[in-house]
Amino acid sequence: MMRTLIRGGRLVDPARRIDGQRDVLIEDGKVARVEPNLDDDGSCTVVDARNRLVLPGLVDPHSHLRDPGFEYREDIATGTAAAACGGFTSVACMPNTKPVCDNVAVVEYILSKAKREGSVNVFPDFWVKRPDDGTELAEIGLMAASGIVAVSDDGKPVANPDLMRKALQYAAGFGIPVISHCEEPSLSADGQMNEGFVSLRLGLRGIPSTAEDAMTSREILLAEYLGVPVHIAHVSTAGSVAMIRSAKARGVKVTCETCPHYFLLTDEACLGFNTLAKVNPPLRGAADVAAVLEGLADGTVDMIATDHAPHHADEKDLEFALANSGINGFETAFGLSYTRLVDGGVVSLARFVELMSLAPSNLLKLGRGTLAPGAPGDVTVVETGGPWTFHRATMRSKSKNTPFDGATMTARVAATVVAGRVVYQVEEMA
Amino acid sequence: MKELEADEIDLILENAATLKRILDSGNKKTAHLQGKSVVTLFYENSTRTRLSFEMASKFMGAASANIASSGSSVQKGESLLDTVRTIDRMATDILVMRHPQSGAPHGIAPKVRVSIVNAGDGMNEHPTQALLDFLTMKEKYGRLEGLEVAIVGDILHSRVARSNIWGLAKMGARVRLAGPPTLLPRELERTGARVCRTVDEALEGADVVMGLRIQLERMKSGLVPSVAEYARFYGITPERLRLAKPDALLMHPGPCNHGVEMPTLVYECPQSVIDEQVTNGVAVRMAVLYLLTARRNA
Repeated sequence: MMRTLIRGGRLVDPARRIDGQRDVLIEDGKVARVEPNLDDDGSCTVVDARNRLVLPGLVDPHSHLRDPGFEYREDIATGTAAAACGGFTSVACMPNTKPVCDNVAVVEYILSKAKREGSVNVFPDFWVKRPDDGTELAEIGLMAASGIVAVSDDGKPVANPDLMRKALQYAAGFGIPVISHCEEPSLSADGQMNEGFVSLRLGLRGIPSTAEDAMTSREILLAEYLGVPVHIAHVSTAGSVAMIRSAKARGVKVTCETCPHYFLLTDEACLGFNTLAKVNPPLRGAADVAAVLEGLADGTVDMIATDHAPHHADEKDLEFALANSGINGFETAFGLSYTRLVDGGVVSLARFVELMSLAPSNLLKLGRGTLAPGAPGDVTVVETGGPWTFHRATMRSKSKNTPFDGATMTARVAATVVAGRVVYQVEEMA
Repeated sequence: MKELEADEIDLILENAATLKRILDSGNKKTAHLQGKSVVTLFYENSTRTRLSFEMASKFMGAASANIASSGSSVQKGESLLDTVRTIDRMATDILVMRHPQSGAPHGIAPKVRVSIVNAGDGMNEHPTQALLDFLTMKEKYGRLEGLEVAIVGDILHSRVARSNIWGLAKMGARVRLAGPPTLLPRELERTGARVCRTVDEALEGADVVMGLRIQLERMKSGLVPSVAEYARFYGITPERLRLAKPDALLMHPGPCNHGVEMPTLVYECPQSVIDEQVTNGVAVRMAVLYLLTARRNA
């Protein structure tokens, strides 16, 4: 029997309202006991968590592993190694691979490769539409049985409102969440960055915030009318936050995520034609950043996603308009978010654990996000204090497209444990 | 122009004024660029800018060559960086570059040894155009400070407008802008310019009236309903030009759509300095090339 003992740390498990010194014993991949001062009988792999925080394993509801089809950017082995380094024990991956994850063969490929080569749990999202046609619904029911956790239009938004209506309606019948990438394509067409004074300064075509707001509004209206849930991906605008807040107050079953770059950076990061700050939705203005932070503080924003989007250096080292959109996020999301949100006093530590573990697990119905006995033995051990400086050269991801090189963080991942197996340990500990 | 300081702009204009005398002399040959090489690399069509850079380098004795994106390895899919590296390794001192993407020269410049002159990048900047516009204004008024400059037309897509807006603000001129609302970028007032509701309002009492080229694709993409409508509401007509100061300069970066931005009657009116702008373009480009090599030698 494989036994792992995480000893001496401060456990923060908001689902069980625990914040205190606990040891966590994992047996055969499941949490066996959670008590102060458990003894090692000599059979355990011991993770020293003294002076550290012990959290339910972090869950990323939105990432791109690029496998199959874009393995030169990332593959399941490197992507999950990067996720483990960033403290994630479970990641959901978006279906915009090549071929697109719109058939059972790709789902099974991802699951089997993740089992063979993956460091962390991988949960595939499925393409919302049928492969052969742009207007027919995916076989959501059949796919639910094959291991998908959500359907999404990420990267290529569903422009047709009637198709989205059907997707929401139909998926709800199977309890499969629909993750909507909110972007009205006719408003964002040809846009390179947020429309505003910075795009004017740089002479780049703008993407108006209304391109996101219009779709957020559409999804809320549909969800409200149908009485079914909808999840809004990577919220970046003040308008979206406000609409989601008021929809929630009316009882609409809307949830949403944001990404660290939407509360840490503004569109000014694009100055100098910095393609590392090119992302979709684009980095917005200061008022949007403030609104996203407010949404995190008051509970409007339910969770944090990385939108981990690795791109090869050649795809970023280009004229701004030709460069790909996306930020490599696994290895910075936790540290940067903790620094801004917890040390910055925006949310409590317990709420932060909900944002990065419990809420995404609940959205995707993973049965994780807590360390109750019987739950999967996925644990993230964290060291606080610092400051530590992030260097992109040390990244485990195959790509290094981050605008956060040189950023300082007041927390870092000390160890990542998946089903009792230590998949990452910070070097000083190893 | 965003990156240049006011005193640098002054220095270029002073040199341009001096070098312009060469153009009027019978012997258009100097040694300012002797032993230097200048390459022009244009990814977009150009008559004035390209030819004026070539003439400028030839008048000053540089070895010059030009590459168009058609007929070069660009057609084989060579990246901009690889193309510029190739030019760089042929002992080129100055590369004059026009590119349809904003920021293209900014991305390349740190990676090569050759000095790069931006001859227009996307919607971002066309700095030598603004400099030749400044020279033209200065010849008339002796100064830029305090001038009221009206720029009319497609501000959104215009690198000429942007370079003038940034540069004129540094030189103490006051800019008014007018055009179809769909062609005025968001937050335009934050440039410090006055955004006018009508062309009449922009032209009222102006010292300089500048038309901008409207690309006919803008009609197709629905930004402006029709050429006729543009000419009616945003054209610089003789009546509108009379709202400006009596001896106000009329400028246009060219090429002009006659009858759209302005009727031929206005294009050729006594106040028009559009032809003078072309000549000043050579002088300004001589100054830019000369100052760059002088700095490299220093």
